[in-house]
Amino acid sequence: MCYKLHNFCTGGVLVRHLTVKDIDFLAVGAAVLGSGGGGDPYLGKLMAKAAIMEKGEVQLIDVDEVPDDKLVIPSAMMGAPAVMLEKLPNGSEPEISFRAAASFFGTEVCATMSIEAGGINSCIPVYTAARLKLPLVDCDGMGRAFPEIPMVTFSLGGVEASPMVCCDEKGNKVVIESINNAWVETLSRAVTVAMGLSSMIGLYTMDGKTLKKWAVRGTISLAIEIGKRIVQSNQKKMSPVDSILEVTNGYRLFEGKVTDVQRDLTTGFVRGKALFEGIESYRGSVMRLEFQNENLVAFLDEKPCAMVPDLITILDRETGNPITTEHLKYGQRAVIIGMPCVDIWRSEKGLAQVGPRYFQYDIDYVPVEELMKEQSR
Amino acid sequence: MSYRLGIDVGGTNTDAVILDEQNRVMAKCKRPSSEDISTGITEAVDAVLGESGINPSQIVHAMLGTTHSTNAIVERKGLARAGIIRLGAPSGIAVPPFLDWPDDIIRHIGRHYRIVHGGYEYNGVPIAPVDRDEIRRALEELKDEGITALAVSGVFSPVNSEQEMIVRDIAQEVLGKDVPVSLSSEVGSIGMLERENATILNAAIQHIADSAYGSFQNVLRSHNVTADLFITQNDGTLMSVEYARRYPVFTIASGPTNSLRGAAFLTGIHDAVVVDVGGTTTDVGILKNGFPRESTSAVEIGGVRTNFRMPDLIAIGLGGGSIVQETDAGVTVGPESVGYRITEEAFVFGGSTLTATDCAVSYGLASLGEHSRVSNIKKNTVDQTVQRIKEMVEEVIDRIKTTSDDVPVVVVGGGSILLPRELNGTSSVVVPDNFDVANAIGAAISQVSGSIDGVFDVATKGRDAVVDEVKEAAKKEAVKAGARESSVEIVELEEIPLAYLPSNAVRFRVKAVGRLAAG
Repeated sequence: MCYKLHNFCTGGVLVRHLTVKDIDFLAVGAAVLGSGGGGDPYLGKLMAKAAIMEKGEVQLIDVDEVPDDKLVIPSAMMGAPAVMLEKLPNGSEPEISFRAAASFFGTEVCATMSIEAGGINSCIPVYTAARLKLPLVDCDGMGRAFPEIPMVTFSLGGVEASPMVCCDEKGNKVVIESINNAWVETLSRAVTVAMGLSSMIGLYTMDGKTLKKWAVRGTISLAIEIGKRIVQSNQKKMSPVDSILEVTNGYRLFEGKVTDVQRDLTTGFVRGKALFEGIESYRGSVMRLEFQNENLVAFLDEKPCAMVPDLITILDRETGNPITTEHLKYGQRAVIIGMPCVDIWRSEKGLAQVGPRYFQYDIDYVPVEELMKEQSR
Repeated sequence: MSYRLGIDVGGTNTDAVILDEQNRVMAKCKRPSSEDISTGITEAVDAVLGESGINPSQIVHAMLGTTHSTNAIVERKGLARAGIIRLGAPSGIAVPPFLDWPDDIIRHIGRHYRIVHGGYEYNGVPIAPVDRDEIRRALEELKDEGITALAVSGVFSPVNSEQEMIVRDIAQEVLGKDVPVSLSSEVGSIGMLERENATILNAAIQHIADSAYGSFQNVLRSHNVTADLFITQNDGTLMSVEYARRYPVFTIASGPTNSLRGAAFLTGIHDAVVVDVGGTTTDVGILKNGFPRESTSAVEIGGVRTNFRMPDLIAIGLGGGSIVQETDAGVTVGPESVGYRITEEAFVFGGSTLTATDCAVSYGLASLGEHSRVSNIKKNTVDQTVQRIKEMVEEVIDRIKTTSDDVPVVVVGGGSILLPRELNGTSSVVVPDNFDVANAIGAAISQVSGSIDGVFDVATKGRDAVVDEVKEAAKKEAVKAGARESSVEIVELEEIPLAYLPSNAVRFRVKAVGRLAAG
C-alpha cells in the first residue's frame, strides 16, 4: 500500500531529523492536508518546538523501519479547545501514558505517530516523540482530517481504539478497555471531563506488521514539504499553488471570492456551505463547497467536481495559506484545490466508512482525477 | 457652561478639539506630533484654548488618545526588564513563557520567569494550592536577576483572580512598591499564552506610559485645566489616568478606534464601514452599534502574539501622500508615501513628487495648494490614478464587510479628499463635517466600560441565574471605571458552550458601557 501523494520521496529508508524550523512547515502543510478541518495548530506547534529545544531533534522513520513485533502508539490531545488553550500540559504526560501502555501490553513501545493531519494534533506526536526520545513514524491514520476519530484506516484493518490511555497534567492516568469504539468515545469523554476538560491520549496501539498494512505512508514528510513550498514561495512573493499541486498530484478546482457562508451547529458538528463567485478565468461560474468540520463536496455550477474522501482545501489566493472552514468569511479571495486521497479509502469498505453516502449525499463516489478529465472534455 | 477637551496624538499629527455640553465642536486644530509628545500636545492645547476663548477651568473632562505605547513596543524603545510569575504548576511546564518571542525584544526585556504551583480548573477548583514560600523564593530570585517590573499570570485567572492577587501582595513586600505589578486577569481573556504575553508587554511599558501620562497631566496643569483626565482605550471607552498608568496596553490601536467612534458620532450612523484616509495609510473598520467590531483572531504586536480585544481593521498603503508611478502595467498608487513632507514634496505645493493628492486636485475632487501646478499632469494619468484609488478602497470595503449587501460608508481623515462620492458595493458615502479631526472627537465623546470573560458552570445555578450574575458583574466594573450607574447598559453578551464534551461549562463574555459621571 503506497500513498499516492508520496511520489516525491526518493523511496527507501528515510533518515532525517525534525528541527524546530520543520515544525512551522509541518503545521502549515498539515493544514493543507487537513481539508479545511483541524482548527488552529498554534499550541501544538509551541509544544513541539519547546520539546525539541529541551530534548533534541526528533528522528523521523519510515513505516518499513518499524519491526513487525514492536508496538507503535499514536498520540493526540483531546478536550474543549478553549480549555486546552488555557491549561497547558506538564510535559510528563507522554512518559506516564506510554509507561502505562507498555506495562499493559508487557512490551516496550518503539515509536509514536499521528492520527490525522491538521490542527493541534498534527504536532502533538512530535512533542510526544521528543519528550520520550522515541522516533516518529512518517505516517498517519487518515492522510487528511475527518470529523470522527474512528474514521482511520486502521478501523478497516480491524484495529480497535481500545485500550486507550488518558493522562492529565497532574500525573493521573486511566487505561480504558472497552467492548467497542463507541464505548471508548463515551468513556474517554467522561474521563477527560473529570481531568478538567483536557487530556493527552494514546489509542489505536498496533504492532509493526499491522502498521505496514494499514498506515497512510509519508504524511509527515509530505506535510513538511508542502509547508516549505508555501513559506519559500511567500518569501519570493510568488504563488505557491502550482507547487502544492505538483507535490500532491492535485488539481486547481476553482478561483473565486467567498460571497456567502452558512453554518449550522445543531448536530454537534459544524455543518455548512460556502459560495464562491468566480474570478478571472472562472468568471461567470459559481462554486458551492459543503463541509462538516472538513470540506465534503465541491460543486462547480451545481456539478460535483471533487468529493470526500478526496481532499478539498481552500487556499488564500495571495499567500497560499490554507483557510480552515471555521475561518471562512465573506470577501476572502481563494483558490480551491482537490487532491486524490490514499487508495485505501477508495475501496468498498473505505467508501462505506468515509464516502459521500456516509455523509448523507445521494451520489456515488467518483475520483477527482476522473471528474477533472470529464470536465476538460 | 462645561466643556470637554479631546486630543489624539498620531504618528504625524496631534489633533485637538473642544466640545460643548451638546457635543458641538467649539474649536479644532491639527499640529505636528513631537518626539516627546508633550510639545505637540502643548501646541494643540494652546491653539484650541485660544480659538474657543473659553476659560480653561470650564473644561471638566480631558481625553487623550495616543499610540505612544504601541510605538514603544514596535520600536523596542525604553522597555523595562519585566519578569513573570506564572501560577499553574503542574500544568504548563511544557510551554514556558517567552517561547516564541522575537529575539530583538528579548534583548530588551530578558527571559525572567518562574512557574509556581497554582492556577484553577475551568470550574474554579484550584489545580494546586498556592505555596507562599515558593512564591517568595521565586520573587527573590527574579529580584536578583534585576527585574524592574513584574507580570503575574495564572491558569483560568479570568475565572478567579484571587491567586494572582496573593502574588501581587507578596511582590510588593519582596520587590518594594516601586516595582509595578501587572495581573493577567486584568489584561486579557481566556487563552493563557496570549494573555500572559500581553501582561508581560504591559509590565514592560508601564514606566514609559507613566512618564507620558505624567507629562500630559503637566501640560494641562500648566494651562490651568483642572479637569478629570482620561485615556482612551482600544475598545472605544475610557480609563482614568491612574488605571492607564497601570494598564497601558489597553491603549494599543486606540487611534483607529477613536476615528471609528468619531465617525459614528459625526454622522449618527451606528452600523457602517468607516474608511479613515491618512497621509500614508488607509484604515478600514466596521461599526456595530456605534462601536468598532472586534477582531476574533490573535493579534500580533511587535511580533508578540496577544489576545487583546482589538478593532477589526484592514490597513492599506494608500493616503494623501501616496506616490503615484507610471509603469508598463498602468499607474501604481503607494504604498510609498511622502508622509508629512507632503507640504514640500507634492506638485500642488510646489514640490516635484507626483502624489495621490496632486491627481485628486487635478481631477477636481478637491481644491488645495495651487491648481496651476497640477494642470500639466497628463489627463490619462490623473484618470487612471483616481480610478485605481477608487478600486483599492472598494476592494477593502468588500473584504471587511460580512455580507454582499450594500453598506453605508463613512469617510474620515485628512486624506478623504481622494475619494469620489460614489463607491461600488455601498449604499451611501458620507463625509461628515469636521471629518479631519474625527479621531480627536472620538476621544472626546468616549464612554466608560466594564467587562467580564470567564467560564461558568451553569448546571448548579441554572443558565439564567448565571447570565444575570455576569451582567451585574460587568455593570459593576463599568461603574467602578467611572460610569454613571443609571446610564450603564449591556452592549455585548456572548455565550460559548465549551465544545463537544457533555458538560455544562459555558464561557461568557459580557461588556457594559455607560456615560461618564459628571466631573
